[in-house]
Amino acid sequence: MKKLLKGGRVVDPVNAIDGAFDILIVDGLIGRVGRDLPVDGATVIEVPAGLVLCPGLIDMHVHLREPGQEHKETVATGTASAVAGGFTAVACMPNTSPVNDSATVTGLILAKAAAANLARVYPIGAVSKGQKGELLADIAELKAAGCVAITDDGHPTATALLLRRALEYAGMFGIPVVEHCEDPTLKGDGVAHEGYHASRLGLRGIPGACESLGVERGVLLAELTGSAFHVAHMSARGSMRAVRKAKEAGIRVTCEVAPHHFTLTDEALGAPVPYDTNTKMNPPLRETADRDAMIQGIADGTVDVIATDHAPHHYDEKKVEFDRAPFGIVGLETAVPLTFDRLVHAGHISLRRMIELLSVNPARVLKLPGGTLSEGAAADITVLAPDLPVRIEAAKLRSRSKNTPFDGWELRGGVAATIVGGRMVFANEQLFAYVEAGL
Amino acid sequence: MTTTSEPIDTKPALTSLRRKDLLGIADLSPEEIALVLDTAEAMKEVGSRPIKKVPALRGKTVVNLFFEPSTRTRTSFEIAEKRLSADTLSVAIGTSSVVKGETLADTALNLEAMSPDMIVLRHSSSGACHLLSRICRSAIVNAGDGTNEHPTQALLDALTIRERKGRLQGLKVAIVGDLLHSRVLRSNIHLLTKMGAHVWVCGPPTLIPAEMKQFGVRVTSYVDEAVADADVVMLLRIQLERMEGAYFPSLREYFQVFGMTEARLRLARPDVMIMHPGPMNRGVEIASEVADGPYSVILDQVANGVAVRMAVLYLLAGGAEHEEAA
Repeated sequence: MKKLLKGGRVVDPVNAIDGAFDILIVDGLIGRVGRDLPVDGATVIEVPAGLVLCPGLIDMHVHLREPGQEHKETVATGTASAVAGGFTAVACMPNTSPVNDSATVTGLILAKAAAANLARVYPIGAVSKGQKGELLADIAELKAAGCVAITDDGHPTATALLLRRALEYAGMFGIPVVEHCEDPTLKGDGVAHEGYHASRLGLRGIPGACESLGVERGVLLAELTGSAFHVAHMSARGSMRAVRKAKEAGIRVTCEVAPHHFTLTDEALGAPVPYDTNTKMNPPLRETADRDAMIQGIADGTVDVIATDHAPHHYDEKKVEFDRAPFGIVGLETAVPLTFDRLVHAGHISLRRMIELLSVNPARVLKLPGGTLSEGAAADITVLAPDLPVRIEAAKLRSRSKNTPFDGWELRGGVAATIVGGRMVFANEQLFAYVEAGL
Repeated sequence: MTTTSEPIDTKPALTSLRRKDLLGIADLSPEEIALVLDTAEAMKEVGSRPIKKVPALRGKTVVNLFFEPSTRTRTSFEIAEKRLSADTLSVAIGTSSVVKGETLADTALNLEAMSPDMIVLRHSSSGACHLLSRICRSAIVNAGDGTNEHPTQALLDALTIRERKGRLQGLKVAIVGDLLHSRVLRSNIHLLTKMGAHVWVCGPPTLIPAEMKQFGVRVTSYVDEAVADADVVMLLRIQLERMEGAYFPSLREYFQVFGMTEARLRLARPDVMIMHPGPMNRGVEIASEVADGPYSVILDQVANGVAVRMAVLYLLAGGAEHEEAA
């Protein structure tokens, strides 16, 4: 079965393609990318002018909550949210219940993903059994079952020794250790970034150094072991400095930044809604100098990946006192509009760099097959609408949870369509009104 | 009757707090603060009558919802409510029973279903009053939320200072103690800086909140510097469990370095006032001779608490405008 995407601008950084091209899809794979390709019996999908076709976006930091916390999210609702946000693939974190520290749990997640048949799902396994920080999980088993990395995310790896062992052992399988960088003693019972706003609101602080200590620890152990170390959801300027220096020294470190950390600051704790629990996440929203350092790192290439840390929580769990609310916000459906509006249209990065951050680089870090439109690759394509006016409406999110601080925000740039394996699994109805279901 | 030296405003005089709730001093204008203090002076007179009751809140229901143990503040609110003829109900809920089940939001909605007019809330979480304010129609009065604010304490402190000094503008007020965990501190900083006082705060660096300078106050860990030429010295309670958090080595050492002694107090102005929001740790933040000495106004503070709370409840209910309508 052949489909031909005609019109639009194709941006494929890996193949240095940027221009008006057609894309031929044959049996779910990329057949050809070329100018004015002949129809030759293919079903033609006309791409409206002004849209951009790029390799499918990959969110390498998502909490799908299944198994065990299906009231927050399931693999089905989470992947529906992913494709609505333009993501053709997600990597999901192992802090489920039970923890994903076995082939059984990995297999369950993959079976649910196959049944949902929306975005591709790449599980990330636990570093330690039960994420208890004591014994290594069965990493060979996890890798064989389909895990693409290991992490004890939600918490840092318990000790430097365990992190060292995890790096050494995972290095054997060529998979990275993804680390939630944090010194738990310095975090204490903190709930917000330690700074003026937390002081004014009487919220217990978490200093930026709490994260940066974890980054420094990981960088030193990556150097010691020679293994690949990935810093999750980076937020503090000291962490950016540590990663920049480590990269200059040739240490195998990569890092990601979440849209809320390049968009918001701790000022959001007090306004417009004081003590809004949708401004509570870990790492916390930091001060302006940190936010600006995230943007700088994204612009200068220090940052490899934009990942959402999509962390759905039920509204009952968030409708409580600030210090009792769980950390985290949903992010899959707001990432593209925020990246366009705050980074691309604000002049910090190019469209090509945006695609590297959201597709090419996460594929490289996790060694996934996506991130390109090369001939023979799976036809995972995101159609971006750079100038689409977008209004974020929490109630309309596909995610089972609606915990976003961006409700009511008006942004420029969004998603027109999401194609996975040649199948259009999401389309903005205004832009692709005529597309028949099942195309 | 009023003896303020606050600048005279050309706008029409306020006669009520035109707001649903009193969540914190941070939200109040200097005019609103002056209105509460002026009204409190009038309310004080009620307490000196043989029949200590006025009908201002007759037919109004006030619920005191206390999630933290409190003797002084709860008693003070209850007396204030009764003197205003409100129907009052006090609910003391141990934090443990909340952990067992019901959320704060559900507790509040259940109370709300019984149509109270006001809820006075004391809670261990900063922002708990803001949460209630968003879900309740009743007026929410903050009786202390976590380490955020304790607005009626700052108002009664201001009333006490104004009675003695005749003004707040231009006074040097030194606040010494555990700054990090104090809601009294935050409310007092808001109030005193809005009213033109010069505020110095002092404590061990481990107990000073981040970016304190941005509050418009002078910050020091040298107590002599804070106390020098002070008109008012306000001491904050040192909670004994802080030692275990390694904020300072021992109570003995704390007293040596920061404790308010008569010797230290000689650096202040001769007519210095000593204040403490209570409960006091004698021999920790304050020497007994100072607490019991001639400069101490600690019991005046308690007495003024009732008047200030009467004023707040009365003004939130609509003040003179409400009485005219009734």
